[in-house]
Amino acid sequence: MASEEGQQHPIKIYLTVWVLLFVLSFFSYMVDYLNVQGMLRWALILTFMFLKAGFIIAIFMHMKWERLALKLAILGPPVAILVLIAMMAAEGNYIEETRLEYYGESTFVPEVPEHH
Amino acid sequence: MSEAVLDTTVEPSGASGVSHDFSRDKQAFGVPWGKAMMWIFLLSDTFIFSCFLVAYMSVRLAATDAWPVPSEVFALSFGGEPIPLILIAIMTFILITSSGTMAMAVNMGYRKEKNKTFWLMFATAMLGVSFVSMQAFEWTKLIQEGVRPWENPFGAAQFGASFFMITGFHGMHVTVGVIYLLVIAFRVKRGYYERRGNNYEIVEITGLYWHFVDLVWVFIFAFFYLW
Repeated sequence: MASEEGQQHPIKIYLTVWVLLFVLSFFSYMVDYLNVQGMLRWALILTFMFLKAGFIIAIFMHMKWERLALKLAILGPPVAILVLIAMMAAEGNYIEETRLEYYGESTFVPEVPEHH
Repeated sequence: MSEAVLDTTVEPSGASGVSHDFSRDKQAFGVPWGKAMMWIFLLSDTFIFSCFLVAYMSVRLAATDAWPVPSEVFALSFGGEPIPLILIAIMTFILITSSGTMAMAVNMGYRKEKNKTFWLMFATAMLGVSFVSMQAFEWTKLIQEGVRPWENPFGAAQFGASFFMITGFHGMHVTVGVIYLLVIAFRVKRGYYERRGNNYEIVEITGLYWHFVDLVWVFIFAFFYLW
C-alpha cells in the first residue's frame, strides 16, 4: 500500500523485473532473428509485448500498489482504442480492395536494401 | 450500548473503495496532485501514440505495394553479413537499462539517498542521450538510402511517413525526458528537495514519464519493427 512516504518497495523486485524485461526483449528479437513466420510470429510478438508492457506499468510505474480508483481512471479509457482499431482495420481493408478494383495490382518493383 | 464508531482511518478497498474515493467530498485519488496530473497527461499521450500506430496500421493495410521488410531495411553490417534489426535491438536494450536505473533512482529518492538518486538519474539521462543519438544515425542512414515521407525504394510509399512520424514523435519524447531528468537531477544534487521537507515525490513523477517513454517503445518495437 502507498504510505505517507510514497512508494517504497524492496530493491529485489525492481531487479527481478529488470532482468525479465531483458529476457523478454531478447526473446522478441529472436523471433525476428530466427525468422519465425505466420501465426506463431504474431502470437509470440504480442505475448512478449503485453508481458513487457504489463511489468513496466505494474512494477516500474507502481500501478500494482495504487488504489482501484486510479487504476480504473487511467487504464480504463485506453480500452476505447480497441474500437478505433476495429474500425480502421475495416476501413484499411476496404480502401485496399477499392484500389485493387480501380487501379489493379501493383507494378512497383522494390529494391533490396544494400548495407555498407 | 455503545455508539457505532465509524473508523475513518481505514479506507475501503475494491469496488466500494472506488465509490468511496469518487463520491465522498475529498480528493478522488489518494496520491499527490503532481502524480495524478502526470498520470492524466500520460493517458492523453497514450491516445496520441495510439492514433499514430492505428494510422500506420490503416495505411499499411490499404497499401497495394508490398510493405518494406523492416528486418532488411533496418539491418546493419559490421564488415560481414548484415545482422537484421541489430541497431534497433541495441536501442531497445539501452532503453530498458535506462528504465532500470530510473526505477532505482525513485527507490533511492524515497530512501533519502541524495547522491545516489542524482547519479542514477544522471545515468538514465545519458542512456537517453545515447538512444537519441542512435536514432539520429538511423534516420541519417535511411535518408541517404532515399527514404522520404512520400516515397522510398524498398516498397510502399507510406512506409516513410509512418516511420518518420512515429519514431520522430517518440524521439522527441525521449529528448524532452532527458531535459526533464537533468533539471530534476541537478535540483536533487543542489539539495532543493532536501530543503523542502526532504520530499522526493518528484523523482517518482519524473520516473513515470520516463517509464512511459520506454512503454511506448515496447509497442513501436513490436508493431513497427517486428510486424
